[in-house]
Amino acid sequence: MTLVNVWFILIAVLWTGFFVLEGFDFGVGILHRYLSRDEPDRRTVINTIGPLWDGNEVWLVVAGAAMFAAFPGWYATMFSAFYLALALVLVALILRGVSFEFRGHARSARTRGIWSSLLIAGSIVAPFLLGVALGDLLRGLPIGSDQEYAGTFFDLLQPYALWVGVTLVALCVLHGSTFIALKTTGDVRDRAKRLARRAAPFVAVVVAVYAIWTHVIADKGVLPNPVEIAAILAVVAAAWFAGQGRDGWAFTLTTIVMAAVIVSLFTELFPRVMVSTNGSATDLTISNTASGSYTLKLMTIIFVLIFPVVAAYQAWSYHTFRRRLNRTEFENPTEE
Amino acid sequence: MSNVDLARLQFAMTSIYHFLFVPVTIGLGFLTAVLQTAWYRRGDEAYLRLTKFFGTLLVINIAVGVVTGLVQEFQFGMNWSAYSRLVGDIFGAPLAMEGLAAFFLEATFLGVWIFGWNRLPRRLHLATIWLVAIGAALSAAFIMAANSWMQHPVGYETNASTGRPQLNDIWAVMTNPVFLWGYAHVLLAALATAAVVMLAVSAWHLRRKSHVDVFGRSAKLSLAILVPTMFLAMFVGSELGVVEAKYQPMKIAAAEAQWETCQPCSFSAFQIGGGNDDQNPTKIIAIPHLLSLLATNHWNGQVIGLNELNAQYQQQYGPGDYVPNVFIQYWSMRVMAYAATLILFLGLWGLWLIHRGTLERSRRFLWLSVWAVLLPFIMNTAGWMLTENGRQPWLVQGIMRTTDGVSPSVGTSSIVVSLIVFFLLYLVLAIVDVVLMLRYSRRELPPAATEPAGEPPVPAAIQ
Repeated sequence: MTLVNVWFILIAVLWTGFFVLEGFDFGVGILHRYLSRDEPDRRTVINTIGPLWDGNEVWLVVAGAAMFAAFPGWYATMFSAFYLALALVLVALILRGVSFEFRGHARSARTRGIWSSLLIAGSIVAPFLLGVALGDLLRGLPIGSDQEYAGTFFDLLQPYALWVGVTLVALCVLHGSTFIALKTTGDVRDRAKRLARRAAPFVAVVVAVYAIWTHVIADKGVLPNPVEIAAILAVVAAAWFAGQGRDGWAFTLTTIVMAAVIVSLFTELFPRVMVSTNGSATDLTISNTASGSYTLKLMTIIFVLIFPVVAAYQAWSYHTFRRRLNRTEFENPTEE
Repeated sequence: MSNVDLARLQFAMTSIYHFLFVPVTIGLGFLTAVLQTAWYRRGDEAYLRLTKFFGTLLVINIAVGVVTGLVQEFQFGMNWSAYSRLVGDIFGAPLAMEGLAAFFLEATFLGVWIFGWNRLPRRLHLATIWLVAIGAALSAAFIMAANSWMQHPVGYETNASTGRPQLNDIWAVMTNPVFLWGYAHVLLAALATAAVVMLAVSAWHLRRKSHVDVFGRSAKLSLAILVPTMFLAMFVGSELGVVEAKYQPMKIAAAEAQWETCQPCSFSAFQIGGGNDDQNPTKIIAIPHLLSLLATNHWNGQVIGLNELNAQYQQQYGPGDYVPNVFIQYWSMRVMAYAATLILFLGLWGLWLIHRGTLERSRRFLWLSVWAVLLPFIMNTAGWMLTENGRQPWLVQGIMRTTDGVSPSVGTSSIVVSLIVFFLLYLVLAIVDVVLMLRYSRRELPPAATEPAGEPPVPAAIQ
């Protein structure tokens, strides 16, 4: 296997890692008010990701930077094509990122409420638009022979791409609720479990439609893609375990569903990186956008040396904060 | 305004803004680690209280620094796709290394540090703040390596069939003299910035006689770090000037508004008039030989003037104007140097007061120290304007012009919309951040007693 293939896989891995980890962070952001009756509840929910979300977001940074280093042509065309969409993603991520910190410092319930609303909005908008962007890669966009994007903002809003966005937001909600059920106790946990149980069948339908649609859009023959099958089976199993109230299994399965959804898109994309609607001659592929062999070799060595260490200490941080949270820890009589 | 101007304006705005937070993160991360180490070693509760106090400021600052850093990384592809396409082979590699080797480290261990009080053994918990500080400093190394490559491209060959520069020697990129001196300069400036912030906050409390014993210590610590750091920063900065004069002579000649070649060359303290259309400004207080010394390290060194350099460049690269904006260049150099001098004098005054044993009582010094908090931010911003404006009209020195780097597929309206949105967003964030920083800077010290298990260390980091 050539290094160009390796880097396509690594970038898929980084995007998958991002959505699996930040996916439940987004879910927690979306649900932190819905699953709570009062401020201690909200703090409990937010604190499940308190020590973790920042490290999770770095996966996106590294995915973007890896595209820049390994496939500069892909990075350049994609990021300029999705200009306004990515600007919105940045706004969403910024507002969401600071609202974790700022809402904790808010003095009045009203200010805290504003930061909470921004946290929710940011947590919906970011995965939705990133989903649209990923969907467009596969669905195809007008790309010129100079590899530059030749469409407008509205060309990005295609039905399939929008559906990918919806799928990711729906999955974040389910993934977040199984995560909260796993990380809390008492009423919050019960509400999270109830939500997971009720939402799971709907999410299963959304994911199934996504899997089939992806297969059709990719147009690679009738033979089903095993990853797409895995996504459908896993989401059905997730719904079953959520119904049974099995926290650990439900979360494991929503993790698998999220991973399978992202991986299926990348497997259908390969060896292209951006499909062109102007004919396959103008498709961006791993070979016509890649860096030189020296850079790829260098980055591979760096990745092999550093990534296992990163994975190890991130896993250790999860282990350190594995304990379930209880709202009594956040009942502070001096506030509210 | 053209797309290039708008994209430049956006890049200038977002990176100047981002770099208000970066030096504080790098420097304060290090200082907080020092404070916690002092507590760990000596068991003195005062240092624990200071660790938590300044740790809170660090965390608020990082919240904005991290999210604005995201914009920086996305912006290359969004606004500068032609640039990204041409040089991603080289420029992308340090960015990816930064994410992998530095940003993961900083972000992961910051979370562990904030929430790890009372949950980790003290020694391990101390290690986490050091890892945050190391991650932040390492992060700057990769970014500076990437930036230095734009100032002085090394370690590449041009692909004959595509015309694109391709990396062929990473060692050359990581030992680029512009990088080595520039990185040291940035680290020292960051440390000085954080030391001034710590001094200002301590002085504010000392003026109000609150916790004089505790804040007296942080004031002394900050001064002890500030003075040698500032000395070194100025020394390294002048060496960087010599290196840049060698590889980017235009940058240094423009910083002195030196239109004609001179030998020996004097340095003007300030000038009236000047700019690209005014080659004969009134220079006030010319210090003989100083420019020769700054640019070449020789008493009688020659500095080639802008007109001669421009003619050389026209011969080498074709017709065009290769002189950067001289007005910005001249003044950013002076604002940086004068702010640095003021900081240094303030630090020396503080050391003198410590020697006399009157630091905590000197109301005039304490009052000035509070307001001096603005100086390092002005100094840092001017320093970046000096280095980036001085690179113009090149995006990558000698390889690509700024006008050729912009995204061809992005329309003017898109850039305008995102520019306005980011401006408003950054304005709101700045207001909230300043309000919070002031509020927590003026707060009473947190109690030293160890809290019940599970409570975050710093008041309401994420509660």
